[in-house]
Amino acid sequence: MRLLTHNMLSCNVKGVTNGFPLIIQADKVLEKPAELNHDFLRNMFYKVDWKALVDAAKSMGYSELPESAEASMLESLDFLNRFHHALMELHLEEGALICPETGRKFPVDKGIPNMLLHEDEV
Amino acid sequence: MPYKTAQIRLVSSHPEVYEPCDDSFALVDALLADRTNLLEHKPSICLEVGCGSGYVITSLALMLKEEIPSIYYLATDMNPHAMRVTRETLQAHGVDAELINTDIMSGLEKRLEGLVDVMVVNPPYVPTPEDEVGQAGITSAWAGGEDGRVVIDRILPVADTILSERGWLYLVTLAANNPSQICRSMREKGYASRIVVQRSTEEESLHIIKFWRDPEVRPSLKEASTQNRSAPTRLGESLLSQFSRFSFWKSSNGSGSL
Repeated sequence: MRLLTHNMLSCNVKGVTNGFPLIIQADKVLEKPAELNHDFLRNMFYKVDWKALVDAAKSMGYSELPESAEASMLESLDFLNRFHHALMELHLEEGALICPETGRKFPVDKGIPNMLLHEDEV
Repeated sequence: MPYKTAQIRLVSSHPEVYEPCDDSFALVDALLADRTNLLEHKPSICLEVGCGSGYVITSLALMLKEEIPSIYYLATDMNPHAMRVTRETLQAHGVDAELINTDIMSGLEKRLEGLVDVMVVNPPYVPTPEDEVGQAGITSAWAGGEDGRVVIDRILPVADTILSERGWLYLVTLAANNPSQICRSMREKGYASRIVVQRSTEEESLHIIKFWRDPEVRPSLKEASTQNRSAPTRLGESLLSQFSRFSFWKSSNGSGSL
């Protein structure tokens, strides 16, 4: 699971109002090189929650993202490289995603988050 | 075939995962038929709900790969075995998608609101007893409850939420699902629709329908309904003519309400 996907997930348990971002429990992190695409990154920049990405990257052991970001930074190749690495190359292979409100754990097994709910959570 | 799609010999399998079948092939054929439009559309986020063996999402990734190398592909399925099988199918073809084991889009719906440019769905559309819907394992791949509509009717509002302003939905439907009624209910939400592929086999007649937001759809409908409720709208007429090209349509869709 890439951090781009983490950025799109929130707790789906019934009644939870503040289920984003999910806290990452990183038991195993993989780095898989991916081709950098400027247009794609520019596009995604406006869709991701930056703070959630910064915190997620930190919990995966990567602290090279600036705390805040603005569109003008997209002109910097250095910034794009870091953004790309955090968003597309870091994979949570084993661990869990934890709801910030309830502490409900969603396991991540072989890179696939399990967001299935129990009957009493729907 | 002029463009690459997933190869059956490379599609992984599991006894509890639906294998590519006529409906999967019809959906991929629809995407191929619309490939030129997809390339112009330049989607940045593509999503499959209920990816099963991974045949469809893999084919979509393969057919767009060369021209648009950086699309973010997402695929969901509630069957955990389907997740593993889809990953193997993707890997065998050298393409990539992010997989989430969930019910339809649960957990993704909020943050993906208005972001998905292309959504493909081969839903469980077979009419079955209600209690077979959403069961563990392979039954969930086909069991659609009354008229095969239970899961489809849960997916459509989700599609309306997550599709971007320019988003497209490709949906597999069976004649028994009453696709003309599906199109009408989507029209009320502002969507135009078109049959991309129609296919009749010995067992079933399938339509692959494409939906997109059309700013002219909703105002026309409102106008028509306030002016004269009994008169059919021009849109309704054009939709009817689209469907009635297929002679079996009316006979298999006994309501005749359109």
